Amino acid sequence: MTNSIERYKYDILVIGAGGAGLRAAVEAREAGLKVAIICKSLFGKAHTVMAEGGVAASMGNVNDSDNWMVHFRDTMRGGKFLNHYRMAELHAKEAPERVWELEVWGALFDRTEEGKISQRNFGGHEYPRLAHVGDRTGLELIRTMQQRIVALQQKDARDHGDAESFIKVFAELTITDILKDNGKVSGAYGYWRESGAEVLFEAPAVVLATGGVGKTFKITSNSWEGTGDGHALALKAGGNLVDMEFLQFHPTGMVWPPSVRGLLVTESVRGDGGVLTNTDGIRFMFNYIPEVFKAIYADNEAEADRWYNDQANNRRPPELLPRDEVARAINSEVKAGRGTEHGGVYLDVSKRLPADVIKKKLPSMWHQFYELAGVDITKEAMEVGPTCHYVMGGVEVDPDSAAAVNVPGLFAAGEVAGGMHGSNRLGGNSLSDLLVFGRRAGIGAAEYVKSNGANPVNEATIKSAAEKIEKPFTQTGGENPYALHQELQEVTHNLVGIIRTRAEIESAIVKIADIRKRSANVTVSGDRQFNPGFHLIFDLDNMLLVAESTAKSALLREESRGGHTRDDFPGMNAQWRQVNHISSFDGSQVNVKSQKLPMIRKDLFDLFDIHELEKYMTPEEISKGGSN
Amino acid sequence: MARKLNLRIWRGNSVDGGLQNITVDANEGEVVLDVIHRVQAEQMNDLAVRWNCKAGKCGSCSMEINGKPRLACMTQVASFEEDETITLTPLRAFPVIKDLVTDVSFNYKKAMEIPAYEAPANLKPGEARMQQVDVERSQEFRKCIECFLCQDTCHVIRDHEENKKSFAGPRFFIRIAELDMHPLDTLRNRKQKAQEEHGLGMCNITKCCTEVCPEHIRITDNAIIPMKERVVDVKYDPARWLGSKIRKRDGIL
Amino acid sequence: MATGVFSSGRAKISERTLRTDRWWLQPAFTVLVLFSFIVYATFRAFENAHYFVEPLISPFYSPCLSTGCVTGSSLLGQPLGVYHIFGMMISPSLFILIFPLGFRLTCYYYRKAYYRSFWFSPPACAVAEPHSKYTGETRAPLIMQNAHRWFFYAGCVFNVILTVDAILAFRNEHNQWGHMSVGTLVLLANATFLWLYSASCHTCRHTIGGRLRNFSAHPIRYKLWTYVSILNHKHQNFAWVSLFGVALADLYVRQVSAGSITNLYFF
Ligand SMILES: Cc1cc2nc3c(=O)[nH]c(=O)nc-3n(C[C@H](O)[C@H](O)[C@H](O)COP(=O)(O)OP(=O)(O)OC[C@H]3O[C@@H](n4cnc5c(N)ncnc54)[C@H](O)[C@@H]3O)c2cc1C
Ligand code: SF4
Ligand code: SF4
Ligand code: FES
Ligand code: FES
Repeated sequence: MTNSIERYKYDILVIGAGGAGLRAAVEAREAGLKVAIICKSLFGKAHTVMAEGGVAASMGNVNDSDNWMVHFRDTMRGGKFLNHYRMAELHAKEAPERVWELEVWGALFDRTEEGKISQRNFGGHEYPRLAHVGDRTGLELIRTMQQRIVALQQKDARDHGDAESFIKVFAELTITDILKDNGKVSGAYGYWRESGAEVLFEAPAVVLATGGVGKTFKITSNSWEGTGDGHALALKAGGNLVDMEFLQFHPTGMVWPPSVRGLLVTESVRGDGGVLTNTDGIRFMFNYIPEVFKAIYADNEAEADRWYNDQANNRRPPELLPRDEVARAINSEVKAGRGTEHGGVYLDVSKRLPADVIKKKLPSMWHQFYELAGVDITKEAMEVGPTCHYVMGGVEVDPDSAAAVNVPGLFAAGEVAGGMHGSNRLGGNSLSDLLVFGRRAGIGAAEYVKSNGANPVNEATIKSAAEKIEKPFTQTGGENPYALHQELQEVTHNLVGIIRTRAEIESAIVKIADIRKRSANVTVSGDRQFNPGFHLIFDLDNMLLVAESTAKSALLREESRGGHTRDDFPGMNAQWRQVNHISSFDGSQVNVKSQKLPMIRKDLFDLFDIHELEKYMTPEEISKGGSN
Repeated sequence: MARKLNLRIWRGNSVDGGLQNITVDANEGEVVLDVIHRVQAEQMNDLAVRWNCKAGKCGSCSMEINGKPRLACMTQVASFEEDETITLTPLRAFPVIKDLVTDVSFNYKKAMEIPAYEAPANLKPGEARMQQVDVERSQEFRKCIECFLCQDTCHVIRDHEENKKSFAGPRFFIRIAELDMHPLDTLRNRKQKAQEEHGLGMCNITKCCTEVCPEHIRITDNAIIPMKERVVDVKYDPARWLGSKIRKRDGIL
Repeated sequence: MATGVFSSGRAKISERTLRTDRWWLQPAFTVLVLFSFIVYATFRAFENAHYFVEPLISPFYSPCLSTGCVTGSSLLGQPLGVYHIFGMMISPSLFILIFPLGFRLTCYYYRKAYYRSFWFSPPACAVAEPHSKYTGETRAPLIMQNAHRWFFYAGCVFNVILTVDAILAFRNEHNQWGHMSVGTLVLLANATFLWLYSASCHTCRHTIGGRLRNFSAHPIRYKLWTYVSILNHKHQNFAWVSLFGVALADLYVRQVSAGSITNLYFF
């Protein structure tokens, strides 16, 4: 078999064609290297297209008090200080440049009066900070990056006679293994989805940019691609995942009709004036403002309403609290019997903005509700409830170079990487994360390749990768992968969902292990040609590892923080803030250990009001005042 | 609230294939893509279909439903009659790969042929100033989700395979228009190229592209016809041609 | 060799279309209406009679430029003589009809309408067309469609003339001003529809402001462009309304002129 497979040689493989992958590829190409971009769906369809609200960058175009320090503070607060401070720092500092660069490449953001890039309000951001294009910012970002790649290819065609001489896109190709030889990355193995034919890539460096894990859960805003492939690939290659217990449940997903359950309702609806009410007509968010946020959120409707027009003299409405707070609040309201018949609450902009403004500011939301739910949001309220949206946990990386810990030659950026967002991500901070760390991963990988050179793949390594792909066709009598996937989604949703308890998590761990065992002999019908059942088998294997890692990390963390809520440990605990959970894989199961979170640097520590830090940190940490 | 739905799905590959009848449950509020997924999970595990977002945002699930190019994730089952048989086929302007999946590489080739945006050479990041009214026209075209339904329905290539080499298609006419209307783009021969290389003149403005566009981009009215007028300005209008010669000599332009 | 939807490599489906709706209705209707108009207009253009009755003139004959025109009907004088073909006098209508005809023939909307319904190219969306070759508007004669803007300019001149005709209709049979009849309304409506048709024209939209790269540098033209764009959205409707308008205005003048009805005066 092994001599008939397609083989390619590159300097750098970028797995994933979302914002992070494309940004990394651009950087690696500009460093003069040969790059392959690999993605599971067509070029330009990656999950990033779904991002709506905007990209956070403290350009200060709308409010010139904004700067990277304010953005840094907001990010740390949002993540409940569990973020890797260095990543949050780099992110806040570099985001504006990354956004401006997009403009030079042809992006057309909405403008301010002065002709600068307009910025909008979003939950957890102190100032209007999200550069946006209506509510289709992700599309703009991915299309701009895609067109940048095309521009580079056109230039290569002029200079070298072949558009694909330096960058080639391999679309609809799934990577099933990161290959390692001599303890270092040597390439990757996968198959064309179209034909099922196997492909070997030889390359000394691999950038993982595979996005999220949402499909592990039943109700999610993610597409089928969000199966945690990169997380699992990194684990299997010997890398670590950090803080996999933290999943962001976006507070506002659609809840009706069932077929669109989970589909995202962008936060801009609230940023632009939408309010949340329960079935008693009460604007309930005023009852859920946590102590740590009381100083900056309004506690009465009059002040909250004034804020939309006068942000300097009023506190912001509680609808704009960080996502974890709002999601938990909605969950509580529904549990208390004040939810709608479909298990949601009301989100209403129709009474706040004129119809034409709604249609202009939120065109795709209008479209989405009108076409899919038969609801005209300029006239009626939407029904919304929490949906699994984003994974904060991810591959443990070096903040500056995005190099994966433990695996020389492996890099990770974007949603697949961990650490940047701590226990909860702020809206808009993902798109900027993709750009900042995508670029850094590109640089990191290029430097690595330049100093390490090629690392040839061993035939034995190829053989074992090939056998894995062959396996489902050789066995019979096993279960249907679709059924197993559904079962897994039930388990994660019910037992390690938005609210967790010890007993439930323990039972989830047992059940996930059981599904894993049964999945070892799943069978597929049909042949290799574009066979979704076959494709699902690999996705399922990845999702099982992710679920196991999430459940085991969640079991250890005995507190509630950000995207991890324990009913049996409802409070936040400063001791736990110093702990990261590191998952690794020993070939048969995921093991989770605790690791100390690096202490924040002194100059960054000093950016905060000491009284604020006291709410998060232990007295000893406060007295140290950060590291040097 | 489940109802039985009769489907006729095209199954096959580039060599052969045909329509197969099948009955499947459909629940209230479902779209055609939901039903296809149920068929896939319960009856035809290896039924090939492309999709990603299931929200009309990525343009992956393009197919032909009762003969019309549409997104399966945005087509409500309830929009059909109770006893109607719904026919699902792959896009008919492109080569089929398997079942409902077609080879859309034609479009990526065409994308490669359109010269990229050229920013002013001295433009520094962060220094661009553009007014909202100046970017709005191009923004409409940047809403495009690349579903390629417009390309599929355009008779110039749907009905004439041989035109594919010389015709970029509506998706790329809006790309050209986007760049030609971009307030900062510096490339000045886009109009000529549109006519001479990308086949703008092949379009007979019969507007099918506009009819199928799920993003409701007014492709013909706002991109193709304005581009045709701009082409007339530079190629077929003797008065403007003369005017530009004279002005150039006077050094005004 | 099979081409189009039957090309090799494409999904094997024998139907030319799988559309289940009545897609043929619209082209059929277009053919019916346009064909009736052509028949009527041809008849009237050659009829060379009943086109003028004080103070009304049919839009098919205005401006009446030949020495053969009925007395009083020539607004712009009579620079042209009387010509004959095969012993038949050429109707003065034929000298001028070429302009509105060319305007409509090259109109972007009418092009769509007749390419679809008369030439089946395509008959409807996703319905395979019957032709084996297609070159669009890239070569003669269809490359002439690019002359639309000249017809647009000419069309505007005609609109002015027909507007003057409508104003002249504020007189009575004895050329005294200050009167108004049904005929006045008919000519006014006709002129209005024609203006709307021209103002909503794509060439007009382009000329007014569409050709600009930076709207913000030309605020007035931008404003005008937004108005024209609103009208342009309804260009198809104006195309039909103004077509009926012309035919009905002509019919009215003809009936009055032939004496079958009287032109009712309000004052
Ligand atoms: C509905 C929605 C709205 C959002 N709105 C916002 C917002 O307003 N602002 C914001 O900042 N963030 C937002 N987010 C989050 C943000 O969009 C994502 O976190 C981000 O796009 C992830 O980008 P990425 O580059 O990491 O990966 P993705 O864009 O997810 O791309 C992953 C890529 O990896 C490829 N891939 C995966 N596995 C494999 C494999 N095994 N082999 C080969 N290729 C593979 C996929 O094909 C894909 O190309 C939103 C998310 C959703 C779902
Ligand atoms: S209007 Fe032109 S581009 Fe659009 S479908 Fe018709 S011929 Fe094709
Ligand atoms: S223009 Fe419209 S129909 Fe064409 S590819 Fe874009 S979104 Fe699809
Ligand atoms: S699945 Fe994305 S558009 Fe239908
Ligand atoms: S008159 Fe119809 S487009 Fe000009």
